[in-house]
Amino acid sequence: MHISVTVDGTAYQADVEPRTLLVHWLREGIGKVGTVVGCDTSNCGSCTVLLDGRSVKSCSVLAVQADGSSVTTIQGLSDGNEWHPVQTAFKECHGLQCGYCTPGMVMSTVDLLSENPNPTEAEIREGLEGNLCRCTGYHNIVKSVALAADLMGGSTK
Amino acid sequence: MIPVAFDYVRPSTVDEAVAALVAGGEDAKVMVGGQSLMPVLRLRLGAPSLIVDCSRIDEMIGIREEGDSIVIGAGTTHHAVMNNDLVKRYVTLLAQATATVADPQIRHRGTMGGSLAHADPAGDLPAVAAALDATFTIAGPGGRRTVAASDFFVDYFTTAVGDDEVLASVSFPKREGWGSHYEKFNRTAQAWAIVGVAAAVRMEGGRIAEARIGLTNVGTTPIRARSVEAALVGAADAAAIAAASESAADGTAPTTDIHADAEYRSHLTRVLTKRAVQKAAGM
Repeated sequence: MHISVTVDGTAYQADVEPRTLLVHWLREGIGKVGTVVGCDTSNCGSCTVLLDGRSVKSCSVLAVQADGSSVTTIQGLSDGNEWHPVQTAFKECHGLQCGYCTPGMVMSTVDLLSENPNPTEAEIREGLEGNLCRCTGYHNIVKSVALAADLMGGSTK
Repeated sequence: MIPVAFDYVRPSTVDEAVAALVAGGEDAKVMVGGQSLMPVLRLRLGAPSLIVDCSRIDEMIGIREEGDSIVIGAGTTHHAVMNNDLVKRYVTLLAQATATVADPQIRHRGTMGGSLAHADPAGDLPAVAAALDATFTIAGPGGRRTVAASDFFVDYFTTAVGDDEVLASVSFPKREGWGSHYEKFNRTAQAWAIVGVAAAVRMEGGRIAEARIGLTNVGTTPIRARSVEAALVGAADAAAIAAASESAADGTAPTTDIHADAEYRSHLTRVLTKRAVQKAAGM
């Protein structure tokens, strides 16, 4: 089936099998390998991208369902060499250990802060419930989200 | 894993969707958000020959006031439902329970109707629909029909929706000013309910005048705790609620699985009913 999808600001046309998962098309179809497959069971959130501005697990969306939509991956967050504040915050607070969950954590944080620019610590933890860090490095991830909120003009309660 | 190959159509009206299902036969499957179906496809627990994607049918999306009811298109996402002002005001219990469904990413894609039509005994919304006496509008080759919540949930993962039918919308009677709470017991943040209790109460002069209670995951379908509902009338304090909740597990048929045995689920049913009603009543 033919699809038209804008990914990280670039318009793509492709022919995909209906069964192709969005994450597989992103990685293997157009080389967006920054988005990773973690669990294959809808649990871990490593493959989180923004679909028309909202976070989704790209292993749980068919590529054909993204037809006509806009996708933002971790590779589309920075503005040239200028990092997105959430990326800066994760670096500053060392919000990662092995780094595998990081693309998903960052994308979920972008979505969380767009809906709630001033999250409490509890709201941050609740807001990231769809993302697992198997290094269990949650403490610094929560700090990173709080710093990102500050950098983006909100201030965490 | 990669799903087994299937054909895919994306109708733009309910009638087109029904026609596609009729043409596709019993191996055709409706998908909207896909958040229940995608794991099934990926793990190859199911292999439909045709996916009928109903996610872009305007009629199935949105929330409107219709007389004494709030009508919610079956394809409305959980995220839209839980943040909608009409739902929060008139169907508060649904907004509360929906906020506990899975996680934000899944609530952005997953839909109310999909969750109800999937009818997982551990799903949160069937108990809410049962407690609130929702009415389901189902479209099929013979036109539209409406089904009461008490007749909608037939068995484990089975509803009144036929193979060639689509759940179009669900209607909830407006209940403004009721107290409500969804109490869910699960292992981890995004896990399914081991047991859940959906409670709504109408208060009059500091006493419970009317109560509605739906139970999650203590049977093959959601169950109304009718003996508790009756016993709660007149309750004016936490102790009376606790006493009325003692019969919450009557008439349930919980299963034993890796997370909990049946006896423990019955215990949880009593405890969580007490907590849900106490929170709903503010006692």
